[in-house]
Amino acid sequence: MPAFELSLLLSGPYHALLLAGLQVSLALLAVSFAVALPLALLVALAGQAPLAPLRGLAVVFVESQRSVPLLAHLLFWYFGAPELLPPDARQWLYEGDVEFLAAVIALSLYYGAYMAEDIRSGLRAVPVEQLQAARSLGLGFLPAMRHVVLPQAVRITVPPLLSQTLNLWKDTSIATVIGTAELMHQAAKVETESFRSLEAFAFATVCYLAVSLAIAAAAAGCQRRLAPGWRP
Amino acid sequence: MIGFDNVNKWYGRYQALVEITETIARGEVVVVCGPSGSGKSTLIRTINRLEPIDSGRIVVDGENIHRRGLDIDAFRSRIGFVFQQFALFPHLTALQNCTLAPVHHRRATAAQARERALALLDRVGLRDKADALPSALSGGQQQRVAIARALALQPSILLFDEPTSALDPEMVGEVLQVIKGLARDGMTMVVVTHEMGFAREVADRILFMDAGRILERATPADFFNRPQHPRAQQFLADLRSPFTS
Repeated sequence: MPAFELSLLLSGPYHALLLAGLQVSLALLAVSFAVALPLALLVALAGQAPLAPLRGLAVVFVESQRSVPLLAHLLFWYFGAPELLPPDARQWLYEGDVEFLAAVIALSLYYGAYMAEDIRSGLRAVPVEQLQAARSLGLGFLPAMRHVVLPQAVRITVPPLLSQTLNLWKDTSIATVIGTAELMHQAAKVETESFRSLEAFAFATVCYLAVSLAIAAAAAGCQRRLAPGWRP
Repeated sequence: MIGFDNVNKWYGRYQALVEITETIARGEVVVVCGPSGSGKSTLIRTINRLEPIDSGRIVVDGENIHRRGLDIDAFRSRIGFVFQQFALFPHLTALQNCTLAPVHHRRATAAQARERALALLDRVGLRDKADALPSALSGGQQQRVAIARALALQPSILLFDEPTSALDPEMVGEVLQVIKGLARDGMTMVVVTHEMGFAREVADRILFMDAGRILERATPADFFNRPQHPRAQQFLADLRSPFTS
């Protein structure tokens, strides 16, 4: 038996298992990111809003998400939250892909909070006169944010959002504890079935690395487009 | 057209405006001066509600502007405000700075707004800088674009909050020239400034403030030649000989 059997990863049942895991991981990333980013924007805007109750709500959300480990959130959404549902809804939930759903909810809310903080610090980096100048021209709070403050904040926000997205990508692996059939889960499964731990985890490592590099490249592209001198 | 009726404002325990009662007429050019911390910037910022007030009333064009329920955005779109630090939008060109608000308020199509903005930039002598970003402009040029931006909404009142205080000395003149031109055209203006030469030449009336109160109201000739209040006398003496007081 060779020390590292590459062919195991390139075809056959284990290859299919690992590839399916990668697909689930990518789906977790895509859906969670697509929910977390707009959520973060909403929370960040609420945190700057003229209405005090909205600001309070934003603080409560961010602190409740950030102060509890992601693992605890994950277990709550998987084991705890369904208990709160009426029996019919729970039944319907368990017939579907509840592992995937719980992971998406936990990751979206958790990273939504962190990304909201990144966007908030970007908004705060824009001088307060910018908002005042926009408001003095009769732009309402949201139009002033949209046309004046956000375009300036985005450039400042891209690098921290990138590292948050990388964290999100890596943390999709935590969903393995609730049995979501993502990449780490499948790698562990291949490992137990075939005893080829090196191959299984090498595959996972290369996948995480490759996707991380792709995310970083995409963010660099974003940053170039939004560089100073950019015109809408 | 701008009426203050017993206006008071506090910052915590510090009273920034004390029993301000004053009327500014249409077409009048009023210069507000006084030592720093006297409340003049606060006063001008209450006129478009950038600063809230704690008691009293401010009526602009017959409208009580600090009442709840006022459409503040519509109101502000009729009042131009020029900031000390210019506050141009750095991600937009000079032209885009001037067209953003008119297009937003649907006062004009993009093409009309562009035409008008180019005419305004021409008026402040910067038509050739229409496509420049603020970072490529000098301080004086940025402030002239800021004036064009304020004019783009065709306001009935222009407010200037120390428009030349952040400028290098050699750029003060070009900005004051633009403001003088507006004064000649009959624009209603309230100008907070330390430029006493400008005040003497352009103001219809001077308000002197100290410690949140308007202590003196006078024509420029009276204010500079026969100041009545001891604080005004001291202020003018300090300006004339800044190194001896």
